[in-house]
Amino acid sequence: MSGEAAISWALTRATARRVLAQLRHDPRTIVMMLAVPSVLMILLRYVLDNPVALDRFAPVYIGVFPFVIMFIVAAITTQRERARGTLERLMAMPLGKLDLLAGYAIAFGLVACVQVTVVLIISLTWLGVSTPGSAVPMAVVAVLDAILGMSLGLFASAFARSEFQAVQFMPAFVLPQALLCGLVVARSAMTPVLRWLSDVLPLSYAVDAMQRIAASASWTSAISADVAVILAFTAAALVGGALTLRRSTR
Amino acid sequence: MWVNGHVSTQAPASAAVVVARGLVVRRSGHTVLDDLTFAVARGQVTGLLGPSGCGKTTLMRTLVGVQQITAGRVTVLGLPAGHPRLRDRVGYSTQEPAVYPDLTLNENLRYFGTVLGLRRDRLQAACAATIADLDLKGLEDRLVSTFSGGQLARVGLAVALLGSPDLLVLDEPTVGLDPVLRRDLWQMFHRLAAAGTTLLVSSHVMDEAARCDYLLFMRDGRFLAEATPAQIRQQTGAADLEAAFLQLATGAREEAANR
Repeated sequence: MSGEAAISWALTRATARRVLAQLRHDPRTIVMMLAVPSVLMILLRYVLDNPVALDRFAPVYIGVFPFVIMFIVAAITTQRERARGTLERLMAMPLGKLDLLAGYAIAFGLVACVQVTVVLIISLTWLGVSTPGSAVPMAVVAVLDAILGMSLGLFASAFARSEFQAVQFMPAFVLPQALLCGLVVARSAMTPVLRWLSDVLPLSYAVDAMQRIAASASWTSAISADVAVILAFTAAALVGGALTLRRSTR
Repeated sequence: MWVNGHVSTQAPASAAVVVARGLVVRRSGHTVLDDLTFAVARGQVTGLLGPSGCGKTTLMRTLVGVQQITAGRVTVLGLPAGHPRLRDRVGYSTQEPAVYPDLTLNENLRYFGTVLGLRRDRLQAACAATIADLDLKGLEDRLVSTFSGGQLARVGLAVALLGSPDLLVLDEPTVGLDPVLRRDLWQMFHRLAAAGTTLLVSSHVMDEAARCDYLLFMRDGRFLAEATPAQIRQQTGAADLEAAFLQLATGAREEAANR
């Protein structure tokens, strides 16, 4: 359709602002989004109670917690737009689908930046996590993981008929990925079928990238490859999300 | 003129903002709109009257372009309904207000206004004008979730009015409003119409029919009548429009039974 491919910066920015304004009026949600990953990390520190194990697992969870939180926040927010009729109103107005999705990505991306910064600072100072890898690449990839989670949440919400269903996408979409991403059992130790499944799921690459960054003092081509896969999944989920936004219904 | 118990006056096509020919919408095997042919004249308030569930909302959704049509043709302002160039020329308000409860009134209006292409001074002016028109002054910085039902309904209307559209499609805009406000809104509708805006307003309350310039009486996805209120009263001989509707509905049912 004409005009669908174009993206308007003014409308993208207006949408990002609107999403952030919605969050601003909901302080409890902001506190939860910013505090939950850090609280979980502190919990992890005391559950493991072992500095060597913490150094190994903490970087992975710094990537996983924002991914999971952003998935569920994005899935519910989009489902609400559908249920309230605001999505239909916007689709009847001169707003491009990509303006809407990019607006969401920017707003939640900014929240993810703050979220990741907080959890990183707490982990590296108070909790004493120390890795050969440095903080900045860890932060960048963790934010990319969060945006990946958000994109998948946006996409998944198209298949939810109600908020109730959208909430259940968390266990349905995210927990299998969490089991197969190498957190529970190393990916190399899985049977071929599970390994293959693990290879096609996005969270595996998010976890891989965080592990590699933590293990290496410098940026490697393997990290670049993981990041490329994360970006590709994000782009695919956003395009898939755009395809599920319909201007008209049957 | 009477055609099979169906009151019909053809509006001249040149003055028509909406033209539908043989419009059919079927949804999951059920015919919601059954072969409708009609026109909506420019600069008038056209009322779409009928019981709930008769297809009013589906018809309005078709004009706005959010409902796909099964057969027939609908043009709005000379373009097929739902054409991208119509998106800032047609204002639409749904029965549920379709605004963000977790934003203030101002934030809602500014966002939708920006989407409609308004910027800076024009955005400011449009927001101020609709807030005044809909008697929402003093509520600008309050969260919409704290509004009463009537206030909420007016926020939905405000968004539809924001971009000064050429065609306003308003689905049950006065439901649940107090009589004074209802009268004010109808006065505003006529003011807008006098200034050249075309309005299609749905209602299931027959006492609102008399306030329209032209009526589409609808039942079970078909039109019982399309004429001015005076013509309908005259041709049915009924004292009021409610009685006229009943008479037309009974006539249509008997006709269907005899077929």
